[in-house]
Amino acid sequence: MPGPAIVVEQLVREFRKGPRAVDGINLEVSPGEIYGFLGPNGAGKSTTVLMLTTLLPPTSGRASVGGFDIVHEGAHVRASIGAALQEAALDAILTGREHLMLQATLQGIPKATRVRRADELLERVGLVEAANRRVGGYSGGMKRRLDLALALVHSPSILFLDEPTTGLDLQSRTALWDEVARLAHDEGMTVFLTTQYLEEADALADRVGIIDHGKIVAEDTPAKLKAEIGSPTVEVLPADLATGDAIAEALGRFGSPTRGGRGSLTVQLPDGEAQLAELVRVLDQAGLHVASLHLHQPSLDDVFLAKTGRKLEGAAEEDPDATPEETTKRSRRRRGR
Amino acid sequence: MVVEPANASGLLAQIGAVGRRSITRTLRQRALLIFPMLFPLILFAINGSALSAATKIPGFPPVSYRAFLLAVPFMQGALFIAVTAGIDLARDIESGFFNRLALTPLRGSALLAGQLAGGVVVAVLQSVVYLLVGIAAGVGIASGVGGALVLLVLSILIAFGFAGVGALIALRSGSGEAVQAIFPLLFVTLFLSSSSLPRPLLRVQWFHDVATYNPVSYLIEGMRSLVITGWNGQALAMGFGFALALVIISLTLANIAIKNRLVRT
Repeated sequence: MPGPAIVVEQLVREFRKGPRAVDGINLEVSPGEIYGFLGPNGAGKSTTVLMLTTLLPPTSGRASVGGFDIVHEGAHVRASIGAALQEAALDAILTGREHLMLQATLQGIPKATRVRRADELLERVGLVEAANRRVGGYSGGMKRRLDLALALVHSPSILFLDEPTTGLDLQSRTALWDEVARLAHDEGMTVFLTTQYLEEADALADRVGIIDHGKIVAEDTPAKLKAEIGSPTVEVLPADLATGDAIAEALGRFGSPTRGGRGSLTVQLPDGEAQLAELVRVLDQAGLHVASLHLHQPSLDDVFLAKTGRKLEGAAEEDPDATPEETTKRSRRRRGR
Repeated sequence: MVVEPANASGLLAQIGAVGRRSITRTLRQRALLIFPMLFPLILFAINGSALSAATKIPGFPPVSYRAFLLAVPFMQGALFIAVTAGIDLARDIESGFFNRLALTPLRGSALLAGQLAGGVVVAVLQSVVYLLVGIAAGVGIASGVGGALVLLVLSILIAFGFAGVGALIALRSGSGEAVQAIFPLLFVTLFLSSSSLPRPLLRVQWFHDVATYNPVSYLIEGMRSLVITGWNGQALAMGFGFALALVIISLTLANIAIKNRLVRT
């Protein structure tokens, strides 16, 4: 693929009687890159994915996926992409293998190779033993893995994953992360991943775009975004609460400490984590004992807070502008809890 | 390996794949297969016995009421198929499975034809069962073995047409509840027809008029003629004519609806 895998220019989607779900976003994803699209529910992530996968026409703007225009060359876009959309849309009555065979047939995989392709994918996602069981009996993690396998049936060059680990336990989530990372790093697949989990974007994405109210408010590598926010902080919990003031005075040489719960004190290290050793020395020389000491690196949540003035967790709850489609998805997820 | 759209699977392969899924789903959900089949048989047993005095009404054909009534289970079964076929499709839309299919090179017409395959399988099974139960209950088929086969063909055609109606409602509404809600209305068309009495014996004028304009009357009379009259060209022509019209209209509208529903750029 010569140029960028995904190019988005001033993409807009408006819903009738609703706000702009996607409000003039621009982004570019390189081949083989994992692009994390981070934002709360109702931010416009899924609407963007639906447009880029040709399932929803944009109101204005343009985008190309795999070098093909999403409006005028939809069939070519679909042939280039695999997609696991927000809810693992599977047929509970069919088995995992039957899903793969159906998908392979519809994707035009030659009859002679369909069974082999299904076996390969079942092996890859660890569903060989469950292959002939009905999907209705699968766990959430198994359904997501089958969903991923279905998206890979025709060996696409670009993979769209819309909140692929929502509702999964840590083990299933980690297994899926490993597979997505392998696809990108070993097979050169471009991955466009939407998520509302900070740790997911942090762990997986080469670059992150943060979207809020339909606009991209920040975009860079996770490390650069966090570095932009500032230096790390240290939280000190005194061993004896009576020494709190003395510890605050000692920490004063690094900055103004703020007091937290259970008598803890937090101070920013202006020159980075290298100052941690110096801080320990200062406390030691003053004869001050601490119960615990925690170094906090800036997180993507801090980035989100800095860019939007809100914490990512809970941002969806206070979002009055969610589109009807996104509100439905949200309430469905709540019902499913 | 990127599959170019031009290399996408052929129409028949697509219909076959979707149809296989539809049939597999139907056969694995036995409750959905058996209970809608039993309900018309229960009504047939009750009405065939309780309303048998109707044969004494002057002008009633010289046959048993069971023989007169046998066409009705075929019609009721077809209405049930409309609902099950519609709900199956609506469930796919609601669950997002439809979007999964939309991301493949699947043609709308192949999806529609394949989805209705399950309904056709049910139609074949239930028509054979209704016919055998009727014969076991002492009903003779006036048109003989050939007529019995024509009866099966006509009933399957009617069921296919109603399956198209169910699919149309599902595609327009995208909601299983909407398909279920339409079921009582479909049943009203059955009650407002010549299902219980021959049209000339419907003495209440408005009922007689409604039954005369109700196409369901002619579908039932077409099937009924094979059971109680023999080969009646006019009744068969009307029955097959309305059945074909139902198939053509419902599938044409459903095909338009599926293209609108398969929103792809």
